[in-house]
Amino acid sequence: MAISLDGVFGLHEQAVKLRSKRTETIAANIANADTPGYKARDFDFQQALADARGDNASLSQMKVTQPGHMTTSDHGGVAFEMMYSTPLQPSIDGNTVDLHREKAKFTENSMQHQASLTFLDKKLQGLVKVIRGE
Amino acid sequence: MSLFNVFDIAGSGMSAQTVRLNTTASNISNADTVSSSVDQTYRARHPVFATTMHEQMGQAVAGVEVKGVVESSAPLKQQYNPDHPMSDENGYVYYPNVNVIEEMANMMSASRSYETNVQIINTSKQLMTQTLQLGGN
Repeated sequence: MAISLDGVFGLHEQAVKLRSKRTETIAANIANADTPGYKARDFDFQQALADARGDNASLSQMKVTQPGHMTTSDHGGVAFEMMYSTPLQPSIDGNTVDLHREKAKFTENSMQHQASLTFLDKKLQGLVKVIRGE
Repeated sequence: MSLFNVFDIAGSGMSAQTVRLNTTASNISNADTVSSSVDQTYRARHPVFATTMHEQMGQAVAGVEVKGVVESSAPLKQQYNPDHPMSDENGYVYYPNVNVIEEMANMMSASRSYETNVQIINTSKQLMTQTLQLGGN
């Protein structure tokens, strides 16, 4: 039985990439929690992951056929759209960062990131076991 | 790798909050520094934060920077106290326009924001360590 090394990691390879991108986005929001006029940003993880895996023909399959066409921004091999979050309670200085919401998102994101890393780790350990024949 | 950028972003946040803590400390310690003229009196200082957008390895990184420190234009406190050694010819001494209560609240907010940035660096560090140890042991 042949083992395809490309498929071993499944979606976790892209997931880890996107998770670290999301960590960066949320970190930028939190660092700018006190900056006047800053608008909090985020992206739809599920959509981005689906696009990265080519599950649906949207962002990743978008083609430039005319010079005036817009391209989706490339974030290190994964393409997704950045969005601005809608503030529950916008502050008077134009800042839309909700620190508590961002902190919750950050924790959730790191837990998911950790989960993906654990999956990858176990898969690698499994492979090592197979190679050693233990 | 994106996680490296997190160190830059959270680091810029920490340094901005440090400037804020510095100005707050300076304001509080000078809250009672009297002087005998309007020009020489200490004025409350506050930092102005701005988002920095710089490209790093083809990716936009949004950090924070201190654009500058501005002096408050609020009116100074004037007190009639002819016995004071610093009083002017009309018997007035001038107190800074520092609101100590406001400064205390500002200090708490700055230290909480600093803490949050430290937590972010810690979490990212853990995630990176875990990534480096993938498949090990």
